[in-house]
Amino acid sequence: MYRIVKKRVLNPTVSLMEIEAPAVARKAEPGQFIILRVDEEGERIPLTIADFDRQAGTVTIIYQVVGATTEKLNHKEEGQFLQDFVGHQSRATETEGLKRVAVVGGGVGTAIAYPVAKKLHDVGCHVDLIVGFRNKDLVILEDEFRAASTNLIIGTDDGSYGKKALVTDLLREQIEAGAKYDRVITIGPVIMMKFVCELTKKYDIPTVVSMNPIMIDGTGMCGGCRLSVGGETKFACVDGPEFDGHKVDFDEAMARGAMYKDFERHAHEAACNLFKQEVK
Amino acid sequence: MPNMRPDKNPMPHQDPQVRACNFNEVALGYTREQAIDEAQRCLNCKHRPCVSGCPVQINIPEFIAKVAEGDFEAAYQIISQDSALPAVCGRVCPQESQCEAKCVRGIKNEPVGIGRLERFVADWHNATATEKAVPPASNGHKVAVIGSGPAGLTCAGDLAKKGYEVTVFEALHLAGGVLVYGIPEFRLPKSIVQKEVDTLKELGVKVETNMVIGRAITIDELKEEFGFEAVFIGSGAGLPKFMNIPGENLKGVYSANEFLTRINLMKAYKDGADTPIQHSTRVAVVGGGNVAMDAARCAKRLGAEVYIVYRRSEAELPARAEEVEHAKEEGIIFKTLTNPTEILGYHNPDDPRDPKNGSVAGIRCVEMELGEPDASGRRRPIVKEGSQFDIELDCVIMALGTSPNPLIKSTTEGLETEKWGGIIADENGLTSRENVYAGGDAVTGAATVILAMGAGKTAAKAIDEALSK
Repeated sequence: MYRIVKKRVLNPTVSLMEIEAPAVARKAEPGQFIILRVDEEGERIPLTIADFDRQAGTVTIIYQVVGATTEKLNHKEEGQFLQDFVGHQSRATETEGLKRVAVVGGGVGTAIAYPVAKKLHDVGCHVDLIVGFRNKDLVILEDEFRAASTNLIIGTDDGSYGKKALVTDLLREQIEAGAKYDRVITIGPVIMMKFVCELTKKYDIPTVVSMNPIMIDGTGMCGGCRLSVGGETKFACVDGPEFDGHKVDFDEAMARGAMYKDFERHAHEAACNLFKQEVK
Repeated sequence: MPNMRPDKNPMPHQDPQVRACNFNEVALGYTREQAIDEAQRCLNCKHRPCVSGCPVQINIPEFIAKVAEGDFEAAYQIISQDSALPAVCGRVCPQESQCEAKCVRGIKNEPVGIGRLERFVADWHNATATEKAVPPASNGHKVAVIGSGPAGLTCAGDLAKKGYEVTVFEALHLAGGVLVYGIPEFRLPKSIVQKEVDTLKELGVKVETNMVIGRAITIDELKEEFGFEAVFIGSGAGLPKFMNIPGENLKGVYSANEFLTRINLMKAYKDGADTPIQHSTRVAVVGGGNVAMDAARCAKRLGAEVYIVYRRSEAELPARAEEVEHAKEEGIIFKTLTNPTEILGYHNPDDPRDPKNGSVAGIRCVEMELGEPDASGRRRPIVKEGSQFDIELDCVIMALGTSPNPLIKSTTEGLETEKWGGIIADENGLTSRENVYAGGDAVTGAATVILAMGAGKTAAKAIDEALSK
């Protein structure tokens, strides 16, 4: 069992948890993910590591309530326990030799962009951190982002905070203003990553995307997380989760990601109803 | 005077039509009377050919003699001297090609039902034993075992019995490896696996779940920082293989590993399970091994019409004859001498948002015929000209085997592997690294539970010899 050391609500649907998991914290790196199960009957879900503290032996996760499992997770409070917490899976973000990087995140994906930006910033890289949200209420981790970047650019879809622009527009502005990036790293909804990659391809900027497909075991056994990269089948859990964004088949990834959408919706409704009954 | 009845006592089974709709165990096991009667068919041959057919060399005639006397606990004690998992082996071993293949009674008639007797004895013990296993005094040596499948559990059990302090590291949340994620409930109830794991824990074996060796801790760290004097790698088969034909990443294409893991480990077949599984109407399982049979029979139980698509003929099916027979009884349709060339997808040109877009709509196949024998000695399947045809369906399960997970190799310097990724180990299981042993599918590629157990046993013996010097 893994204790929830801290819980912090970041916006109405996104929360942060610090989990006591010394075996994971010992070697975790930005870009890697963990697999957790909330309770004994629970599903295994992958979440990318948002931060870690090797001394304290804790790992931070940030999640958005989207389905039954994240709903259940969200009902856990500080001091309570998660059934399983295993990591750190997959490969870490490569940061070597990078001088100037744009890290582009959208929605809850910005939480995963954060440790990557922080690591780059710590080693002296010039980091333009471009984050996008639907509106002001959904903006998370602004202080953390500012501390982990040379230049923080926030955009919202409705203009209620920062600039009224999509992250692709914000990135284009930077490029057109003369920013010379060694690499763009983008993390967020698949559709956003797709458009970021279409943009950077035009400017011929190497681009890395962090894929978060459906997984079961997360250790390289089931192949559920496979995706097409440059015409080859790759497993996100062992080969990724970061891939050359100019080679990923995003349309296929989106279709595969939606495979259990109906099930998820029903399960989420069922979980919500269950929690409502408990409240009564 | 032995019982000279020519045929085995038949195994009582759930009716095929009933069992095709549930996940309860298919074979129901012998009664006490059937077991004694079957045991009396054994001739107690002096040269014991059956023992030479057993990868872990159980004293078969001795345990059967005890069954014939009705002393089932004594029979259990004899089996457990050599096998860490008797209730498992009694169910999933291919006895027809091992012990029973060598049985003298089998020359003219049916061999003694050794597997069925082993199962009976183990189940009898598990149902009646009240005393817990007692851990022996520690000999002060620490051994790490990576993976809690049949190889790892056997190695751990044998070493624990000799007084070693054994820790088993398992990547998943539950111990048992392929016994829990791969083999379905109806062939091997998970309560039986749990019981076997519990017995090992009583012997003092520590089981650390949620530990991915190679990531959380490397093999070098196990030896240098955590004080393990020897390491046994029983990490199993690894990544699923695909055919590299168009359409394999469509929605509704599963590897057998994924399909079975969702069902067996995550219990996705149960109402209200948190883990989803597609309930399909028509399914093709590509492959002809035991895993293909397991996947097909699971899909059937979820309500689908199921095809086995296999490129050679029925005679070459690598699955156990009993599994093929059970699958047929349950209504699985065999399309042998058939090879898929493409998985067809659904695409609605009028509605790009149609949720069915990108899903499986069918499978395109060609008919095959058998030519000259190939390197494996089996006749090579050749495509029949102009034989292409489509089967309409909504799910395809690829059961084509696996290739080793690269994680341990890539994080353990000096650990030599074959070109295809299998860890190289000598006849004692010793790898190219000092005091690092390996066995099971990680060494051989996908094989059987009992061969993995044999490898675990061999390595345990070698580790004991190396550490007690």
